[in-house]
Amino acid sequence: MDKTELEEFIKSTDQDIEIKEGKQFLEVTVPTSKLHSLAKKLRETEQTQFDFLFCISGVDYGQDLGVVYHLRSTKFDHVVVLKTRTTDREHPQLDSVADIWNTADFLEREVYDLLGIRFTNHPDLRRLFLDNSWGFPLRKDYVDDINIVTK
Amino acid sequence: MEEQVKNITADEQQEYIINMGPQHPSTHGVLRLVVSLKGEIVKNVQPHIGYIHRGIEKMCESITYQQIIHLTDRMDYLSAHINNEVVCLAVEKALEVEIPDRIKVIRTIMSELTRIQSHQLWWASFGMDLGGLTCFFYGLRDREKILDIFEETCGSRMIVSYNCPGGVMYDLHPNFQKRVKDFIKYFRNKLPEYDQLLSGNIIFKERTKGIGRLSLEDAISYGVTGPSGRASGFSCDVRKHEPYSAYDKVTFKEILFNDGDTYHRYIARIDEMWESMNIIEQLIDNIPEGPYAVKMKPVIKVPEGEYYQRVETARGELGVYLISDGNKNPYRVKFRSPNFVNLSVLNHIAKGFKIADLVAIGGSLDLVIPDIDR
Repeated sequence: MDKTELEEFIKSTDQDIEIKEGKQFLEVTVPTSKLHSLAKKLRETEQTQFDFLFCISGVDYGQDLGVVYHLRSTKFDHVVVLKTRTTDREHPQLDSVADIWNTADFLEREVYDLLGIRFTNHPDLRRLFLDNSWGFPLRKDYVDDINIVTK
Repeated sequence: MEEQVKNITADEQQEYIINMGPQHPSTHGVLRLVVSLKGEIVKNVQPHIGYIHRGIEKMCESITYQQIIHLTDRMDYLSAHINNEVVCLAVEKALEVEIPDRIKVIRTIMSELTRIQSHQLWWASFGMDLGGLTCFFYGLRDREKILDIFEETCGSRMIVSYNCPGGVMYDLHPNFQKRVKDFIKYFRNKLPEYDQLLSGNIIFKERTKGIGRLSLEDAISYGVTGPSGRASGFSCDVRKHEPYSAYDKVTFKEILFNDGDTYHRYIARIDEMWESMNIIEQLIDNIPEGPYAVKMKPVIKVPEGEYYQRVETARGELGVYLISDGNKNPYRVKFRSPNFVNLSVLNHIAKGFKIADLVAIGGSLDLVIPDIDR
């Protein structure tokens, strides 16, 4: 599928989905509640087959916390970027996609470790690099009073 | 009480947990594996990482793009040049800078030399992991020649920091072409020795064939890239699928196997060294004339937006996801490091094999710990 066909297909799945033509990839913004069902659909549909999740990045947008998923199909070689945001900074929660792609296990643990976003139904959600007493360093309001990092 | 003791036999009921690392010769760095064993059989491997976590992604948010280059060296220090390249390419793509052919060719040659020296060190230490100490001397002997070439042109041997946004730091040394050609000639004679010493060795074959098999579906699902993924038949070579620098001008084979066991992960890397030499030979005689760097502003401000750039390091697909808000510092940088993702498959493929095989499987994934922790 090329970009326009892909756009048509994703649009047809749900109403709440916002699609933007990015500089490189097709960027799809979904509400947190619909992320898992859309991801599953993109993985399992015959024409899309996004079987390779190559990057999960947690981003602190200031007000919101977001997670960005980069998906690729090894069969058709097309790429889509899924984005989701949550405004809850105290207890951010998303659905885990580790049951769809095994690689999400570690990548989501990394996001949890550095940004404090919890993933429900994750098989083994523990801190990865840091121990439990640390804050979440990749958040923009994180204060590091030991080292020189100021921003 | 007595009855209970009778019912428990050591190999059926008891799981024995041992701690491998963080200081262990076969983990090649500070990687700690908590291994659950039943007798000699591995039941579960839990990697504990973060011993060398420096927060590179956080540090990137407070420094300029030129400074980031020097941090990326410290991730995968064996693919230092390729790590530099990913940030440079991302910045150049964002600024829409046209890069002259000379720079592209220099970068490609340097990347391939980096790949060869990385695989040489991997071969050296992999042989040593399995008890062949001679490999270590052979591997390091040949690697030294590439490091000498780096030293002459880049001024540094391992952590080269030779790329910069818009080109490379210095022009090539006048001896460069001759020395590279001498090296290729030398190494074409020496690489068959690697096969004689290790690949054909019956003990080595027994210890690697059929061990730690990874199927194609699992390789894709776990996102295992690089030679480890290609040994399972996962066509994931970024140089082929999304050519950057001068890779679209050269012809080379993507090494693919179907077995996906430790032995084929080994063979894939040996074959890649041959292919890398082919690529260098195609380019070394026709390095175009021209400037070695495009003039860039001293303070680079990347336009607002999101950029994703990927390259093929010696271990797999390295991606950088860059979010810029238009300032001289990036808003967020995420490195998709190949080792981090490849490590996640270790538990899956090591289950059911013996603990000595765990060393072989871990070695065949070619993990570099600073790249995992970042």
